[in-house]
Amino acid sequence: MTKELIKGNEAVIKAALLAGCKSFYGYPITPASEIAEAAAKYFPLAGGTFLQAESEVASINMVYGAASVGERTMTASSGPGLSLMQEGISYLAGSELPCVIVDIMRGGPGLGNIAPEQSDYHQIVKGGGHGNYHTIVLAPNSCQEMCDLTLLAFEMADRFRNPAIVLADGFIGQMMEPVEFPTKAIEPEPKSWAVRGDAETRKNLITSIYISAEELEQHVLKLEKKYLQANSREEMYELYRTDDADLVVVGYGIVSRILKAAVDQAREQGIRVGLFRPITLWPFPYRELSVLAQWAEQFLVVELSNGQMIEDVRLAIEGERPVRFYSRVGGMVPTTEELLRQIIKASEEKDVRANLSKTQEFLWAV
Amino acid sequence: MYAQTFQRPRSFYGQFDRKPGDHLTTHYCPGCGHGNIHKIVAEAIDDFGAQDRTVFVSPVGCSVFAYYYFDVGNLQVAHGRAPAVATAVKRALPDSLVISYQGDGDLAAIGGNEILHAANRGEDITVIFVNNAIYGMTGGQMAPTSLIGMKTTTTPMGRVVANDGFPVRVAELLSTLEGPTYIERVALYDNKTRAKARKAIRKALQNQIEGRGFSLVEVLSPCPTGWGVTPVDSLKWIEENMLPNFPLGVFKDKSAEREHRTHRRQAIAIQDVPGILGLNGNAGNERSAGILAGGPRTSCPPNVDYRLKIAGFGGQGLLFLGRLLAEAGMRQNLHVSWLPSYGPEMRGGTANCHVNISTTEIGSPLVSAPTVLIAMNKPSLDKFENEVVGGGLIIYDSSLIDHPPARSDVEVIALPATEMADKIGSAKSANMVALGALIGKTNMLDKDALLHVVRSMTKKVALLDLNLRAVESGFEFARANAAEESLWGV
Ligand SMILES: Cc1ncc(C[n+]2csc(CCOP(=O)(O)OP(=O)(O)O)c2C)c(N)n1
Ligand code: SF4
Repeated sequence: MTKELIKGNEAVIKAALLAGCKSFYGYPITPASEIAEAAAKYFPLAGGTFLQAESEVASINMVYGAASVGERTMTASSGPGLSLMQEGISYLAGSELPCVIVDIMRGGPGLGNIAPEQSDYHQIVKGGGHGNYHTIVLAPNSCQEMCDLTLLAFEMADRFRNPAIVLADGFIGQMMEPVEFPTKAIEPEPKSWAVRGDAETRKNLITSIYISAEELEQHVLKLEKKYLQANSREEMYELYRTDDADLVVVGYGIVSRILKAAVDQAREQGIRVGLFRPITLWPFPYRELSVLAQWAEQFLVVELSNGQMIEDVRLAIEGERPVRFYSRVGGMVPTTEELLRQIIKASEEKDVRANLSKTQEFLWAV
Repeated sequence: MYAQTFQRPRSFYGQFDRKPGDHLTTHYCPGCGHGNIHKIVAEAIDDFGAQDRTVFVSPVGCSVFAYYYFDVGNLQVAHGRAPAVATAVKRALPDSLVISYQGDGDLAAIGGNEILHAANRGEDITVIFVNNAIYGMTGGQMAPTSLIGMKTTTTPMGRVVANDGFPVRVAELLSTLEGPTYIERVALYDNKTRAKARKAIRKALQNQIEGRGFSLVEVLSPCPTGWGVTPVDSLKWIEENMLPNFPLGVFKDKSAEREHRTHRRQAIAIQDVPGILGLNGNAGNERSAGILAGGPRTSCPPNVDYRLKIAGFGGQGLLFLGRLLAEAGMRQNLHVSWLPSYGPEMRGGTANCHVNISTTEIGSPLVSAPTVLIAMNKPSLDKFENEVVGGGLIIYDSSLIDHPPARSDVEVIALPATEMADKIGSAKSANMVALGALIGKTNMLDKDALLHVVRSMTKKVALLDLNLRAVESGFEFARANAAEESLWGV
């Protein structure tokens, strides 16, 4: 068993190369820069290309080029960079090109700061670009998962011919933890649809333009079919002590770890609380979460944003149960004790809808 | 007889099946320059025998449908980004012939940055830049190349310098860069200029075939529709209006002296990749060479749960100290995490890291209530002293901090780390003294295992002996300190 103490950001690159990724195009930004730095170190050695692009706009279009020839390719950035990439991501989805994009979230809006936040949920999970498309979104909560979910992202991107995004935050990217890497690298399957500058692929065309309305409708419906398929089979999530939980806390990424520790502490005090952690944010595990609503009396969503994922949790619960919300933003990260207090508070308020201010009531979306 | 005089290039489709509706005529307006340029390009591809190798990249503009016509590999891409796309295609397929075919809005306005940097890198691609001084596709708006006074739908009173600036001369602009190999401006208004254009485009393609680097041909091309003139008059229009602004000629030509501009990747077999990443034992990667077992933690307590904050000046090696701890903990099969303060925070001269070492899974990597604080300068002690949990431990560098912590509910070790390290040989090893003291005091990790990690992670051989001795001296200090305390206790 080979374990390596490694930064989440660096684990991404080792995993990518093990997945047979051939090129990395990126532009520096804290707290994602170590990904580009590790790529600069390893891609050329491993027979690939690293190029520091002139902007994220260029990066994502370079990724478009590399994906078009059928090689596994990737880029990485943080919120502001992802904002610039949105047009390109829409083109990639429209042209059905697989690639992996890593977003190490920082504080926003605007320049915000470089501390961890989870405020890119909307732009990543709901698709910040134009048109009818989705991206696959995977949310690691450890350095090990930075490796595992990067590997999975390449596999899913190829299978669905669609961009896959690994959505992490500044902590997961910057921290070091032991990671166990696979010891074999994968040679990806060749892609028959790619344009490889040879006789065999000469008639192939990569495009997202369908100028006639009929054709574009057919194209969009074809994409939609793919998305429906992903929606019905690919959801991933973690359940922790939810079997008899009266209260279910919901969080992803770094928050899920703090919540887990808080759940343990609350359980010691006899509070029946469990954790639901979505691992795929798109497709979001609606069904599994709604099942919990059969017995859990209430839900508490914790995010490092002022309420983005909570919209999906509410969709899953469909008003059956109250959904509470707790958040820190700006780079503030709640402590275990802080979340424990929230859990205690929730469990103590028996009639959960009593004594609510209007805005809280609104937040609860009862 | 007559039919034979026009020979359709092989890399140009005879019938345009990808085009909705009529498959026999192009979608271009009568008199449009695009058709002419397409023909020249297709003929050149044929003559170079490059049809199967060509990847044609068409961004947005009237030529977005180039894939209707070119019987080669085709990519339709975003407005302005063709040079970025082409860059990645060429890097992946160094033997292909990559053509970026762009309009003036596309290349000189929205894609200004992409063309600038592809040119500056000297990417081994060929750019055909169609300058028709207008946005054709979107219905005749001003382009960066529109002429002063020129009426367009967005300059109804004519282009005004004060508001819209001057026409951009792309060929001249890019020629100031070192990167490009060949840049020429040609035009299409009579047989003579058409012949010149043909020659230039062939050269730009040949350069790439020979691996000579970035070539760009700017073509002054008629857009009768956008200009509101007849096809015949549009030719005159080029001569009379565009030529004075856009002189023809070669602006840069280093074709003869530039060779081997194509990037080629190292040929690496996929099975060798894990070794390159240091992920298998035989690559001489010492980390994987069996050391990981770390040995049983016989001399340490079975259950540990340490949350450490390690803080001081940048340059004191405190992030490294944290990493050593985490690495040693990992090798002893404990759960560990290490989190640095990152970004501009580092620039202020302070550095700190958070380390968790535990027998149980680690929740937050952020240490908000440390069980141990190692403070190596005064601001760090002042800042973090009050975060330490009751009954916790503070180790501080008493050679740099003149007053002890005020807390009375924690254990405190006043460790003259800098002085001790100085005596051993270098004040730089103060971090190692602190590490030794921590282990001596807490016994959280096996000392031998720790020394092993110090050995494997100290990169400079000259420092190794110093570091090991520093750890030992810190260790002894803490042990002596403890013995003294227990005497007091008697
Ligand atoms: C991001 C974006 N902005 C705007 C457009 C609309 N648009 C399409 S083509 C074009 C200008 C085309 O002009 P040019 O590049 O000169 O090519 P021409 O049509 O004249 O050949 C514009 C503005 C677009 N497709 N994408
Ligand atoms: S609008 Fe101009 S550039 Fe476009 S097809 Fe017509 S003539 Fe050609």
